[in-house]
Amino acid sequence: MSILVDENTKVLVQGITGRDGSFHAARMLEYGTKVVGGVTPGKGGEKAGALPVFNTVREAVEETKADCSVIYVPARFASSAVKEAIDAGLKLVVCITEGIPVLEMIENYHYAKDNGVRLIGPNCPGVISPGKCKVGIMPGPIHAPGRIGVVSRSGTLTYEVVYNLTVNKFGQSTCIGIGGDAIAGTGFIDLLSMFEGDPGTEAVVLVGEIGGEEEELAADHIRANMKKPVTAFISGRSAPPGKRMGHAGAIISQGKGTAEAKIKAFKDAGVPVADTPDEIPKIVKSYVS
Amino acid sequence: MKIYEYQAMALFKEYGIDVVPAELADKPGDAAAIAEKFAGKAVVKAQALTGGRGKAGGIKIVRSPGEAKDAARKILAMDIKGAPVKKVLVAEAIDILEEYYLGITVDRAAKKVVFVLSGSGGVEIEELAKNSPEKIHKIHVNPFDGPDKKRLAAAAAGVFKDSASAEKAVDAMLKMYRLFIEKDCSLLEINPYVKTGSGEFLAADAKINFDDNGVFKHPEVEKLRNPEEYSSQELSARRAGLSFVSMAGNIGCIVNGAGLAMATMDVIKFFGGEAANFLDVGGSSNPAKVLDAVKIILSNKKAKVMLINIFGGITRCDDIANGIVMAKERIGIKLPVIIRLIGTNQEKGREILGKAGFVTAETMTEAVKKAVRAV
Repeated sequence: MSILVDENTKVLVQGITGRDGSFHAARMLEYGTKVVGGVTPGKGGEKAGALPVFNTVREAVEETKADCSVIYVPARFASSAVKEAIDAGLKLVVCITEGIPVLEMIENYHYAKDNGVRLIGPNCPGVISPGKCKVGIMPGPIHAPGRIGVVSRSGTLTYEVVYNLTVNKFGQSTCIGIGGDAIAGTGFIDLLSMFEGDPGTEAVVLVGEIGGEEEELAADHIRANMKKPVTAFISGRSAPPGKRMGHAGAIISQGKGTAEAKIKAFKDAGVPVADTPDEIPKIVKSYVS
Repeated sequence: MKIYEYQAMALFKEYGIDVVPAELADKPGDAAAIAEKFAGKAVVKAQALTGGRGKAGGIKIVRSPGEAKDAARKILAMDIKGAPVKKVLVAEAIDILEEYYLGITVDRAAKKVVFVLSGSGGVEIEELAKNSPEKIHKIHVNPFDGPDKKRLAAAAAGVFKDSASAEKAVDAMLKMYRLFIEKDCSLLEINPYVKTGSGEFLAADAKINFDDNGVFKHPEVEKLRNPEEYSSQELSARRAGLSFVSMAGNIGCIVNGAGLAMATMDVIKFFGGEAANFLDVGGSSNPAKVLDAVKIILSNKKAKVMLINIFGGITRCDDIANGIVMAKERIGIKLPVIIRLIGTNQEKGREILGKAGFVTAETMTEAVKKAVRAV
């Protein structure tokens, strides 16, 4: 089993005729994802490979009965793409785009929440349920179907973690990148709850980083609500304070958001924290069949 | 993105927020001339992009143009947190009766803009938050409704001594909010917001940070950018569209993805080494960016080894490989290079590197260990 996306999910690609949109739509199709069409305003009626292109998300949803959208649209237009997907009635929207202004993301977050929409991202690699459905830019071949749920703030570090799990024969149920921005559509807690309730997930790996309090809140949630084992990895132990480390959300501000604090919060909650990404499978092995 | 106090003051004026009369000087003589306009009673303030100017002696109250000249000379010779002070703001010394804190920032946990108000102005807000959190009032803003004037008024009534003062404060807060939203700020602070002897309310200091992701929407904000916020390597990296932070070690790193780049630095430390920098080359694929990244690593004399760790998702391994080969051919790489390349188009990428004589490591741990040994 899996969470969020599976073999039945029908996916629209917003920005399908752009460089990244077209490349990744093709990779998603190759993986076996049911990509049913794309949206680029002004290019309605054209074809992207074998896929129909629509002018609006609403038209695309009407025609294709899609239930999910993935957004490969530049930062300048991404928020209106998110809003358009929500207005069209889609309940799962995955926004890959990096660079969306914080004030816009505040609106996007609340608009999605108020409309009962699951918004993943932005500035994220997307969601994959290996063997079933890939909604995003992650390289398919490093994943394998299995029973480990993965939730992460990172993109390529998630691939590193997943790669280590796969070569150690720990396949994944679903991997979600929640993104590197300060304001994310979905945080750790909701996804941890979903994994806890998913019969196909046996254990969870959580990849965090410096900045904000998401990890500390997740640690509290795990202690209070989870029975399934969680393993954590936190990047940024060697990051200097006050500097934005690439991700908009990865900054130690006025002493808050340090890796040390997050690691301590997890350890206090009984969650083991790996020192290197390749230590994760060793920890997982110690409590999984 | 940070700006100086004098730049923030100018923006405040644009938005109708009253500020202490003040002028900028970069020479002691000019500071004296400005102080003259205030009958000699002035405050000479270092302009710095970091905090700590008070503790460094960068704020001096003066009583004559001569004192202003001396103070300016001393302050303009200072370094504050490693950055030389190039300008001072000479402000009128005002008769301060009361000091308050007015701020607007983003509450990351609540995912809302928040007003922060306190009757304890002129002190470090973080210290206050730690020691006396009850002295801080927070009023969150619902994004689609805008600020709730009633709630602001109620909070102000609890902080200010009379209704006229509270009203003025709410007016200032609403103007601050407009500035915050219109320019995509991440932090806006008036500390202290003062009541003068003549009953006026003025901003006696000004701080504005902008959301880096919002600057593209505001060319006039981009114009305010100060290159000295960044080291020369960081500047080169910015121009090349790379994410870069200088560090103290000798293993130069080129990684795609911020999380992986941080983890690479962490693993280097775990195996006893030290990264010379954080550099995220990822995002989308571009061999030219790799060339720029290599140049920046090589421009750091402390770097003894170059470690390249690429896990290709949206970044394509063949693009990275072509960039590395281009760097070798165009500028030469005199350092030992350890490359780990995996992910999208990895076979093509490894082939390109193999043909050019580069050796690759299979795992991140292997690559890091090799890099630490090669120092």
